[in-house]
Amino acid sequence: MIDLSVDLGFLQLKNPVIAASGTFGYGLEFDPFINLDDIGGFVVKGLYSRPRPGNPPPRLAETSSGLINAIGLPGIGMKRFTEEILPQLRKYNTALFVNVCGENEEEFAEVVDFLNGFDGIAAYELNISCPNVKREGRCPALCPEDTYSVVKLVKESSQRPVITKLSPNVTNIVEIALSAQEAGSDAVSLVNTFLAMAIDTETRKPKIANVLGGLSGPAIKPIALRMVYQVAQHVTIPVFGIGGIMSGLDAVEFLLAGAKAVEVGTANFIDPEATVKIIKQLEQYCQTQGIDKLEDLIGAVDVSS
Amino acid sequence: MQKDPSARIVNTKHWGNYFLLSIESPIIASFALPGQFIMVRVSSQGHPLLRRPLSIHAREQNIIDIFFQVSGLGTTLLSQKTIEDSLDILGPLGQGFSLEGDFKDGEMALIGGGRGIAPLYFLAQELRRRGAGVAVFYGGKTQSDLPLKDKFLENEIPVFCSTDDGSFGFHGFVTELFKTETEKKNFKFIYACGPEAMLKEAGQLCRQKDIPAEFSLESMMGCGFGACWGCVTKIKSKKGSEWQKTCEKGPVFSAENIIWLNGDK
Repeated sequence: MIDLSVDLGFLQLKNPVIAASGTFGYGLEFDPFINLDDIGGFVVKGLYSRPRPGNPPPRLAETSSGLINAIGLPGIGMKRFTEEILPQLRKYNTALFVNVCGENEEEFAEVVDFLNGFDGIAAYELNISCPNVKREGRCPALCPEDTYSVVKLVKESSQRPVITKLSPNVTNIVEIALSAQEAGSDAVSLVNTFLAMAIDTETRKPKIANVLGGLSGPAIKPIALRMVYQVAQHVTIPVFGIGGIMSGLDAVEFLLAGAKAVEVGTANFIDPEATVKIIKQLEQYCQTQGIDKLEDLIGAVDVSS
Repeated sequence: MQKDPSARIVNTKHWGNYFLLSIESPIIASFALPGQFIMVRVSSQGHPLLRRPLSIHAREQNIIDIFFQVSGLGTTLLSQKTIEDSLDILGPLGQGFSLEGDFKDGEMALIGGGRGIAPLYFLAQELRRRGAGVAVFYGGKTQSDLPLKDKFLENEIPVFCSTDDGSFGFHGFVTELFKTETEKKNFKFIYACGPEAMLKEAGQLCRQKDIPAEFSLESMMGCGFGACWGCVTKIKSKKGSEWQKTCEKGPVFSAENIIWLNGDK
């Protein structure tokens, strides 16, 4: 029997495979396809204090092995989430993460403050890195000071561990990750989507109504992996690896690069069973490699020459 | 809603750029309703990445048909599938056409433009089974855009054809043909699927004549089952309007509730 569990320090996961925010709805959408108890955890769609409509369509554009989205974080807001969704999610025996959003620092703190009063949440993931809400993809995760400031404020009121989700649209992601760590973040998850664009050559219009969007999917995996590797070299807190993971072997790469857990995103759209398949493939990999404990893979990339 | 990773193709047909695949998938077939769709994986490789949404064109026992026009890489790959190939499909998805009500008197008009005819064959069959009178209005740019006209006739479903270039049937838009028919008889309900301009025109006619209508909308979709929020349509609501997921609340919407992004014209 292979031990797939991972110890994050603040939380034990039964396996390292987590469904990423924005690709897993509120979790319930996947109940017809998989047993949610089988996965390490899932992150529900980004939550603001109030309901939001999101961006006008078209919100999606498919590119080579990738998907650009500018959904714009529509959602039901924190109150309806706790009334209508959270009670239904408590029956699952898996780690529930809530992706917390805010138009400003105070809103992040407000959402966390409110959610503190409800059971059934394992940790908060701070979405300081969505490129689709403000003009030109602006967000706190583009700047070490803004990252520090919002994480610090949230940590003051949070009664749960906080994972800070980082943007890849920066010159030096290690610097931002260190800021999050210094501000007290319990983990970092990376990467969110890459600011991107696609144009319809017939109409000369951008394929996304918002003009710019965020690129995800296999196209971004090598860059995401590089960033995870770099960050894992420098921080002491756990790193969640995200970016184009479609298979168990993709997940293994992120673990070898130093991620303690992985988040599976776009793959959920193409195959709603993706998370469960990835867990099985991870187990098979460990079997064929003769590894008893999956944690032995973490950071085990061999860069010696 | 279920995933069938290896649904076998049992028959294929094509007419120029239009293709029909018959797929054996007992559970999806047993739950399918007219207007619902399936998500089809077109490549097992990383590109194209996303499944393609295709409405259910017909259902015969264990078999569902999809009918599509080649319009890009995804549909090109799908058109290359042959008998005995298997397809990875999800379905049936979405809200279909309403089939409630008294169908004994009056006639239903089904308006299809181009590939928008796809869901209307299944609908026509189900309406007929419920005792409803059905008239199909089928429009295309040119004669080769009307490959299914004989299929309706062979099944004794009356079909009125139009072409933009006059190469077959009425010379003009299908909505103009439909309008001339509405002068002669009263339709009880309108179902339509096709290009946005056609649906807008049909919507105006329905409002003028006070005929209730439902339209099936085409949309790019990320997942097809409500997880990505990518395929929204603007729909009238108590607060004025809201974005609704086309995959989950549609693809069939009540015509009067649809708010077209570029206005009604």
